[in-house]
Amino acid sequence: MNSPRFNNFVNWILARFPLTKVWNEHLAEYYAPKNFNFWYFFGSLALLVLVNQFATGIMLTINYKPDSALAFDSVEYIMRDVDWGWLIRYMHSTGASAFFIVVYLHMFRGLLYGSFKKPRELVWIFGMLIYVCLMAEAFMGYLLPWGQMSYWGAQVIISLFSAIPIVGEDLSLWIRGDYVVADATLNRFFAFHVAAIPLVLVLLVFLHIVALHQVGSNNPDGIEIKENKGPDGIPVDGIPFHPYYTVKDIVGICVFVFFFSVVLFYMPELEGYFLEHANFIPADPLQTPEHIAPLWYFTPFYAILRAVPDKFAGVLAMGGAIFVLFLLPWLDTVKVKSIRYRGGIYKKALFLFVISFFGLGYLGMQAPTPSATIAARFLTVVYFSFFLLMPIYTRWEKFKTVPKRLTSNSSIGDQLPLIKQAVSDITQDTVVTTKSGKTLHLKTPNPSGLRSASVDLAKKMKDSLD
Amino acid sequence: MNNSGVDKTRRQFLTNALTVVGAVGTGFVAVPFLSQMQPSVKAKATGAPVQVNLSKLEPGQLIRVEWRGKPVWILNRTEAALSTLAPLESELSDPNSAESLQPVAAQNSTRSLKPEIFVAIGLCTHLGCSPTYRPEIAPTDLGKDWQGGFFCPCHGSKFDIAGRVYSGMPAPTNLEIPPYRYIDDNNIVIGDNA
Repeated sequence: MNSPRFNNFVNWILARFPLTKVWNEHLAEYYAPKNFNFWYFFGSLALLVLVNQFATGIMLTINYKPDSALAFDSVEYIMRDVDWGWLIRYMHSTGASAFFIVVYLHMFRGLLYGSFKKPRELVWIFGMLIYVCLMAEAFMGYLLPWGQMSYWGAQVIISLFSAIPIVGEDLSLWIRGDYVVADATLNRFFAFHVAAIPLVLVLLVFLHIVALHQVGSNNPDGIEIKENKGPDGIPVDGIPFHPYYTVKDIVGICVFVFFFSVVLFYMPELEGYFLEHANFIPADPLQTPEHIAPLWYFTPFYAILRAVPDKFAGVLAMGGAIFVLFLLPWLDTVKVKSIRYRGGIYKKALFLFVISFFGLGYLGMQAPTPSATIAARFLTVVYFSFFLLMPIYTRWEKFKTVPKRLTSNSSIGDQLPLIKQAVSDITQDTVVTTKSGKTLHLKTPNPSGLRSASVDLAKKMKDSLD
Repeated sequence: MNNSGVDKTRRQFLTNALTVVGAVGTGFVAVPFLSQMQPSVKAKATGAPVQVNLSKLEPGQLIRVEWRGKPVWILNRTEAALSTLAPLESELSDPNSAESLQPVAAQNSTRSLKPEIFVAIGLCTHLGCSPTYRPEIAPTDLGKDWQGGFFCPCHGSKFDIAGRVYSGMPAPTNLEIPPYRYIDDNNIVIGDNA
């Protein structure tokens, strides 16, 4: 490889293209904080799923027919008659849900460690735009199999636009291209799903990463590593992204692919959560399925829509639930970034927010009974309060001292004695003689030890939440 | 004139003028791009009236026909069902159908040309799902006050047996009644008023 001819070739390239510069700026000399934990896997995993969606999606277009008379059958054709078609199709459909799991965890990481705060506001905004694009992509992609849920889901979501005063009816007509969801709608959604939105998505991912690499990555301590540089100008708490984090991310990818494969090969429909049962019935414009719900990743917003007893206000609330996330950098103006050093009031608020998100997600899948609607209304208030009351409740927050340097995560080796100690605290050795005359040394639970351990745990929780 | 002999205000004027002309040009070019997403001539042309024979429609039975791609319901209402209409009026959002869409001849207490035959577009005025026909009285899921009618499975809007929406529902107005007329006692044409 070090032959003069090869070097000449490399030099020829480098004189014409800044390959080394890009490599160094974004990988080999991009210094990331050394204390990344579990939560920092999901950015690279999102990129992996994006590549999966592109690769499998392009393969699917080879056999799919965007025509209302042929679409449903062409998907079944891919599933039954195309070699490995079932695998490609399930990789794409499972990938869609996996994308949202990964992205929701990635966003939650931002809430935990304040990754959206100054100077990373634009990183967050680009990320939110990616999220909105993903929702559009998922929604339009779901119409393409032309099943019952595809059809009626699209009917409902496009009708959302008709709630806008004055221009609404014309707008939804313009989106559909017909008076009801029809062949025209399917054909254009195919164009958007396959060409237009993926292009925007790639551009936004590029901007997201460029913006991130301009300001540098946040970390679980929420400290700016750039404020503490060594004599060589390199942050003392930073390590090069490559090889340290590329290798770490490969471990994350292995674990992710394991879980992904379990779903892909053993439960590709995941009991109707990843592919709804009603969508295996061809679209019927005369009959809505008995129970209609969007896929799980939209249900929190769908529950908010249903909770509001007015058409336009419901649409506004649903849009607002997404829009309010864009405002987060300006709603949470607290300087302390990481939840590790924030007061109990933020921890409690975040906990309530998580409950409201899961609760709304659950209610969005259920039939709209009166008691479910009341619960959804309550949780909608909790959801919005978390964001809109943020400027108020954070005023009373009591912070812990933020360290000057990154703290290190203790290794399992360090934790082992503590774990051993904890186990011996809550158990006691009992000697039992069996009928056959053997003596057994058994570990049985120690009631007083258990009691004091739970009191300690409760005290720790209380300290953390004060 | 400044030292370098360049009049920057003239350059600025040219830049501004070019920007305005460019913006106007972009606006004109946008028209065909956006307009081609409107319903095509073909989509507008379909929607011929549909003729339906009612002679086999049993009392209490609902049939669905397709008109302009939309489901249209034709329901033969029983005397008992019709008798539920008047007492419900206090619970409805628009009992007289003043805010709702229907032919003038059907803007009456039964929302129909003949009291027993109910014709409506079977799409919820909220977000366009097709409500289910629930004629039974007081089923467990709809509560003991349910007098029969239509229930939208998507967002829970309730309508009475004349397609009138209850108050406090997501749906803003009563179900739409399409234009229709009787050719003779047993045949109607949907999509045609004359």
